[in-house]
Amino acid sequence: MSAKLADRIDPFTAKAAIKSKKQKRSQGSSHYRANTAPELQALPHLKDTPQNEQQELFIKKLQQCCVVFDFMDPVTDLKSKEIKRACLNELVDYITATRNVLTEPVYPEIVRMIACNIFRTLPPNDNPDFDPEEDDPTLEASWPHLQIVYEFFLRFLESPDFQPSLAKKYIDQRFVLQLLELFDSEDPRERDFLKTVLHRIYGKFLGLRAFIRKQINNIFLRFIYETEQFNGVGELLEILGSIINGFALPLKTEHRQFLMKVLIPLHKSRSLSLYHAQVRMYLFVFIAEIVPTLHVIKGLLKFWPKTCSQKEVMFLGEIEEILDVIEPAQFQRIQEDLFRQIAKCVSSPHFQVAERALYFWNNEYIMNLIEENSNVVLPIMFPALYRISKEHWNQTIVALVYNVLKTFMEMNSKLFDELTANYKAERQKEKKKEKDREELWKKLDRLELNSKKNRKS
Amino acid sequence: MATSDADDSLYPIAVLIDELRNEDVQLRLNSIKKLGTIALALGVERTRTELIPFLTDTIYDEDEVLLALAEQLGSFTPLVGGPEYVHCLLPPLESLATVEETVVRDKAVESLRIIAEQHSQSDLENYFVPLIKRLAAGDWFTSRTSACGLFAVCYKRVSSTVKAELRQNFRNLCADDTPMVRRAAAAKLGEFAKVVELDYLKSDLIQLFNMLAQDEQDSVRLLAVEASVSIVALLPADSKEQLIMPSLRQAAEDKSWRVRYMVADKFTELQAAVGPEITKADLVPAFQNLLKDCEAEVRAVSASKVKDFCQALPSDVREQIILNNILPCVKDLVADANPHVKSALASVIMGLSPILGKDNTIEHLLPLFLIQLKDECPEVRLNIISNLDCVNEVIGVKQLSQSLLPAIVELAEDTKWRVRLAIIEYMPLLAGQLGVEFFDEKLNSLCMAWLVDHVYAIREAATLNIKKLAEKFGKDWAQQTIVPKVLQMSKDQNYLHRLTCLFCVNLLAEPMGQEMTTKLMLPTIILMGSDPVANVRFNVAKTLQKLAPYLDQNTIKTQVKPLLEKLRADSDIDVQYYALEALEGLK
Repeated sequence: MSAKLADRIDPFTAKAAIKSKKQKRSQGSSHYRANTAPELQALPHLKDTPQNEQQELFIKKLQQCCVVFDFMDPVTDLKSKEIKRACLNELVDYITATRNVLTEPVYPEIVRMIACNIFRTLPPNDNPDFDPEEDDPTLEASWPHLQIVYEFFLRFLESPDFQPSLAKKYIDQRFVLQLLELFDSEDPRERDFLKTVLHRIYGKFLGLRAFIRKQINNIFLRFIYETEQFNGVGELLEILGSIINGFALPLKTEHRQFLMKVLIPLHKSRSLSLYHAQVRMYLFVFIAEIVPTLHVIKGLLKFWPKTCSQKEVMFLGEIEEILDVIEPAQFQRIQEDLFRQIAKCVSSPHFQVAERALYFWNNEYIMNLIEENSNVVLPIMFPALYRISKEHWNQTIVALVYNVLKTFMEMNSKLFDELTANYKAERQKEKKKEKDREELWKKLDRLELNSKKNRKS
Repeated sequence: MATSDADDSLYPIAVLIDELRNEDVQLRLNSIKKLGTIALALGVERTRTELIPFLTDTIYDEDEVLLALAEQLGSFTPLVGGPEYVHCLLPPLESLATVEETVVRDKAVESLRIIAEQHSQSDLENYFVPLIKRLAAGDWFTSRTSACGLFAVCYKRVSSTVKAELRQNFRNLCADDTPMVRRAAAAKLGEFAKVVELDYLKSDLIQLFNMLAQDEQDSVRLLAVEASVSIVALLPADSKEQLIMPSLRQAAEDKSWRVRYMVADKFTELQAAVGPEITKADLVPAFQNLLKDCEAEVRAVSASKVKDFCQALPSDVREQIILNNILPCVKDLVADANPHVKSALASVIMGLSPILGKDNTIEHLLPLFLIQLKDECPEVRLNIISNLDCVNEVIGVKQLSQSLLPAIVELAEDTKWRVRLAIIEYMPLLAGQLGVEFFDEKLNSLCMAWLVDHVYAIREAATLNIKKLAEKFGKDWAQQTIVPKVLQMSKDQNYLHRLTCLFCVNLLAEPMGQEMTTKLMLPTIILMGSDPVANVRFNVAKTLQKLAPYLDQNTIKTQVKPLLEKLRADSDIDVQYYALEALEGLK
């Protein structure tokens, strides 16, 4: 009953309690094991072993590390877990410090050990409305081992002794595919390792490059068109951004398709804010190289957010960056559609959106573009600005709008005066058009009714 | 469909098309949604020769507009002149089936499926099948995914050579190199199987199924599981085991929990499809494993199937399988660490009781019910309580009542109001099963306490509950146990409680009948007409209006109307309003 009393006094304390109770578990893991792990016996140290026996022991240790333990239960197999941890650490040191140990027979064993440990179906998402910005990610429970395995993987790939020609038999398409699936891990530590790993693989295995790009593409397409759920979008974009620096002209279909069907549609997702920086950066690589700014802006206009103000602000930022480098000729081709959208943004009741759009007028280059095309831009913007200057609730916005109107006046005073004078007449014309439309539809509806009657009789 | 009376010059296509081209998306959308009207104005011929080509050419638009268009075209057949001309709708729908946006594509496929039915056989072969082939050979994955959904609707009605081509095309899609297309193909495999001849089902589709069930992506494998349900059902009993069970067994032990989840989710459908022999040999052990799965999601969905699975077991071995194989797993689930699993189980576990009969219920199930009634998670307890009727029929509720009471009391005082609300809703049911004596003794005070809960939704539910109880136990009982306490509340310090009193009276009038309403309750209401709080006074007015049907004319004239007249002259404007409204209602 005391709790009941409490939520009468302050409903929010009770809410907080509910929320904290609902907090998802902070750790997850999903290794599907049929049996429980066997107990491990510690093997002798590699450095205490004569050279000619080292390879055999190395392989034995790798095999030992293939055993996977249940970390969701922190008390089971404590001893074996510790043995494996020590063993993994030793392996990392061994391949880092000792030369010429990466002989042909150990390659399959190494890859098998890595695969056994890192490849798994990621655990179910506890919280269906997981908001990556608000909620803490579920961390991988088996990280104490997993981290060293990733560490080992990296040292292996980066070792001066590493020979891609020997490894490519084992690090093949199937391997890469499973690796890519792991990018959906909620654990940012894991995604970070994966990013470096994939980067190394991309660098060393020339034969896998096209395949990797294609599969990454598929992941993005699934994200955009099917599930809208993938945690590693940002990381994958970063990888692509760093491996593709520079395009040959004319642009290959693969890249054009990527730009139009992946990169721009990525703006649709509601989790855009999580990887917006990467998308933006990557988009810029494109723009800097090949200037299809027109298409980029068109694409962004297509996916312009309808309800999410935060995203709108992001879009406006992106548009401004693109306008900064746009060619005047391209600008002329897009200006009407673009400024129709900007007029809407300026009239947004959300002052941050309106404000962000009005900041365009502080940008000198954009101002130049507007000035050169004032006879087109002005008529589009004017009604919106005029209305806001009378109606907007936020005083800052009103002040900004006055400034913009002032610049317009200075820019093209003749047109400005005409627009002001015609404003009322224009509104009336619009109203009349509206009426005509209604009339037309009424007539059409009557026709439909008549034909229905006819059909009945 | 006469269009002759429409003056063509009135509706020049240019005007109409202008509407479809309007700058404003919303207006464009409105006109597209009325595309049928436009077509009607144009007449069938001009719709075919002008409107449809226009729509085909200007396919680039906002997705929202495209979606509306795709939907409209599905019902356009009469507007282009009937089935004879239906094929002229294919070009715009074909383009729509290739756009990026999934909802648009899906809608286009849906419309294509509708109009496929309206094609004659020769049109199907001349126009529709070539469209499928074009889509299936498209460069971009979107057109190939759309193609997958069109095979089943036309396969039955084409010649055998065309059939062979269609099968070949479908095979290619199942082996496509983008996973999106394979997923689409896997999702449609089941419905395609239903229209393919048995021989080809055995020779071709099974192969495709097995291939998809081995796919490297779990998202494809799990869709294959879904398809397997339809496929198994189509196969003759003697070939089920050989053709499909190896893949299914593998799916039940798939390393991806998503696939296992799907198996569990479809388990009872599979059970019905494979028949009793395979159920006994394969499904029972598979089900045990799923109930013990390491992922809570899988366990929860399996647990929710326990009752249906047991119910559908072959009757000769049912009891034995339940007791030996299923119950041990169920016992573990009762103590599961995950609340979702326990509550999924609690929602069905009572259903085992009628299957197992009285003695087994008492010996095996009762202990489990009792544990669940004490579970820390309120949802588990609620689920048990809400299904009491199953057990009541078998062993009577007496066995449980001693444990029920603490569970009910605890839920009734839960800090979350939704939990309290849920238990209130079960009260009339519980009261019916536990009997009036038990109720008076143990539960009555709870029901009264809810009337003064600090959450409105609870008070509201509590008043409704009281009405239902009055109906259940009769008016004499209500007169003795409920009414005095309710009327007592009219003198409460807190005006909210006085309001609750009025709300109770509103509802009680019906079960109490005219005499008791007039004698017992009306005097109190009349007194409340001079309450110091305006909210109470105008609710008195509302209550009087509601009571009127249960009062005789004389009472209304002598008691109700004078009070309402007085309230009409109240100082508070709302009171005046409602008094007036009540008076008008009485006329």
